[in-house]
Amino acid sequence: MDALYIFASVGLWAAILRIATPLIFGTLGALMSERAGVLNLGIEGIMTFGAMIGWLTVYHGGDLWLGLLAAAVAGGVFGILHALLTVPLGLSQHVTGLGITLFASSLSYFIFRLCVPVSGTPPTIVPFQVLHIPGLSDLPFVGEAVFRQTAPTYLAVILALVLAYVLARTPLGLAIRLVGENPHAAESQGLDPIRIRIGAIIFGSSLMGLGGAFLTLSAFNSFFPTMVQGRGWVSIALVVFASWRPERALLGALLFALFDAYQLRLQQIVGKAVPYQVFLMIPYLMSIAALLVMARRARVPQALMQPFRRGER
Amino acid sequence: MTGSGVVLRLDAITKRFGSLVANDDVTLELHQGELLALLGENGAGKTTLMNILFGHYTADSGSVTAFGRLLPPGHPRAAIAAGIGMVHQHFALAGNLSVIENIIAGTERMFRWRSDQSKARAKLAEISDRFGLRVDPDARVGDLSVGERQRVEILKSLYRDARILILDEPTAVLTHQEAEKLYETLRAMAQKGLSLIFISHKLHEVLAAADRVTVLRGGKVVAERRAGDTSKDELAELMIGRRVARPVRDKREPGPVVMQATATSIVAGGTAKLSDISFELHAGETLGIIGVSGNGQATLGQLVCGLARPTSGRFELLGQAVVSPSPRRFVSAGIGRIPEDRNANGAVGEMSVWENAVLERIRSPRFSVAGLVRRAAGRTFAQTIIDRFDVRGGGPDTPIRLLSGGNMQKLILGRSLETTPRILIAAQPTRGLDEGAVAAVHEEILAARRAGAAVLLISEDLDEILELADRVQAIVKGRLSPSVPIGDADPRRLGLMMAGVWQEAA
Repeated sequence: MDALYIFASVGLWAAILRIATPLIFGTLGALMSERAGVLNLGIEGIMTFGAMIGWLTVYHGGDLWLGLLAAAVAGGVFGILHALLTVPLGLSQHVTGLGITLFASSLSYFIFRLCVPVSGTPPTIVPFQVLHIPGLSDLPFVGEAVFRQTAPTYLAVILALVLAYVLARTPLGLAIRLVGENPHAAESQGLDPIRIRIGAIIFGSSLMGLGGAFLTLSAFNSFFPTMVQGRGWVSIALVVFASWRPERALLGALLFALFDAYQLRLQQIVGKAVPYQVFLMIPYLMSIAALLVMARRARVPQALMQPFRRGER
Repeated sequence: MTGSGVVLRLDAITKRFGSLVANDDVTLELHQGELLALLGENGAGKTTLMNILFGHYTADSGSVTAFGRLLPPGHPRAAIAAGIGMVHQHFALAGNLSVIENIIAGTERMFRWRSDQSKARAKLAEISDRFGLRVDPDARVGDLSVGERQRVEILKSLYRDARILILDEPTAVLTHQEAEKLYETLRAMAQKGLSLIFISHKLHEVLAAADRVTVLRGGKVVAERRAGDTSKDELAELMIGRRVARPVRDKREPGPVVMQATATSIVAGGTAKLSDISFELHAGETLGIIGVSGNGQATLGQLVCGLARPTSGRFELLGQAVVSPSPRRFVSAGIGRIPEDRNANGAVGEMSVWENAVLERIRSPRFSVAGLVRRAAGRTFAQTIIDRFDVRGGGPDTPIRLLSGGNMQKLILGRSLETTPRILIAAQPTRGLDEGAVAAVHEEILAARRAGAAVLLISEDLDEILELADRVQAIVKGRLSPSVPIGDADPRRLGLMMAGVWQEAA
């Protein structure tokens, strides 16, 4: 019975949004890039780099928002790298992306070590505080569960809705979708698939950087090199789960966060009887199950991972 | 008909690809309100010429003038702006997007908060009405038939105010009925003042639809005729450069039954793909199955090649009931196959000619031993096919995708016929081939029949059936009509049978 009581606790619900935030950013980032036809497996490394550079900016006296900005810009720079290699040069998107993950992860640790001396306890910063929304935050239960988050969390949710609108309703969104479905059709309509793809990758990579920075600037207050912990890979899977739609990406991230928040609390109830690693598996197992159900109906962008070369059909 | 002035002029266009001269000093004029056919065999330079006109390629010399203005070479956008629209043979459409999305993409300013779909819809509806190109703007393009997709392609150009329309082999992917409807539409468009060029190698279409015909051969303009002043024979000779006669079937007594279906049905995914079909195939005869594609031919092809199991009814191969079919067993029983879609099911594009030649027989000791491929034997086999069936454009080690459609088809035919099959399944064997290749493929099919093979010819081409088949059955919505001797069949009767009216046709 205790296992069910967890759902009645405010703490669980408040944790869901917090856990979901980096996933929302990451998933949206991967999604925008894939909608234009380019897979970006650099996500894991870009999130790590974003976490590091955001933290370092604040540690050296920068404002928290400046930290977020730095993470977004750094993400964008890696985006330029990925874009140049995969779009004009048409290299394998898998290999390039994995290369960027390895490179960005190592570089993060390297820079961190250069700037921060080794010490027993990692140095900390003062992270984002809960943003109190008058009225909403004071609602019983709902206020505590939903409306006591830090600013970047609200930003992530709003962003998901805005991107859903942009993709579905604006000429820019249509252009991105057309490039991801059939770049030759886009070209014959007078659009430039190469520029649109590069733009989408850079924008998506910035979002990945933001997702990483949330970890050091809001969820925790220090940086350590392994802190992204596969969130990038989960985001890649969530894009499929979401069938390449931002509003569903939001739901997917929340669902995954629910599993994660739940298993943490379940661990505490069950105690040592079962090794905790078993619980850590739960969200991933549930994701695979959800993916099996959803992915069958997913509509993959038809030109995903197909390099575009002018004049070649 | 021909109205006033010249709207488009190509002047002395020359284009080389390496040592190949694709266009050699080509000059061409298009008049207002005219429907001009550009006729030529595959490789005559038709598509290259149109790609230069539209700015996909840059010519080595020569110029393009539209409505009195010189077009800058190599800029499709300039061509669009000048009022030129191009409908490619392979459609440039996004299947997951709706019709209206495909049409308006790129026509609005990119950074706006809303795309103005109501205005776009009104304009589209007006164009659809004016030219009789009806299509649901909210349908997903992937759900449309090929004919409807082509309508979307044409609408894309018209939506951008094209006044000159170029269509590259517009009927290559269409059924007979769709093609006739398309030409009706094109004629109506010409009457309303648009000027059109269409590329084709089908003589009867050119004669029936065009006002004027320009014939290209080997990259040069060899002739220009008014459609009313020429004939099929003359055009064929101009296009090929010599006389080509389609081979004629000789009379033969049919042998024993080698394949038989009795009230066979196939249900897949809850829908009946074939219902209660019955046919008998005799050695030394050709049974034609005529029908508009999409009426169950694909499933019939799978049944007779061992790819699908009958859900009910009896299906016999060489006198034995087929219980658990497999393509390998069918091939080793002596079935040769020409699949309907040679690129998807007939050949592996990236693999070489010899690999494609031996792939379906790779387990036979002739081509492999102890799990290792006998490459030399494979290459020799491929070379034999190349020599005997006159496959041009490469040797045994050329990737097969580099061959033209006709040559790829000759190779597929050759690998089936080289080891004389007992049964030959030919599904749409000449679709998309030019006149010379059609004659060659027909000759080989007749030769197989002469050698005693039973031929099952699935086709939607009336002429092909009338020339090759001994008996004919029509396929309509997964059902087969009773068989009719070819002597009793004429185009009118076959047309009725294809429409499903068997009693009246009898």
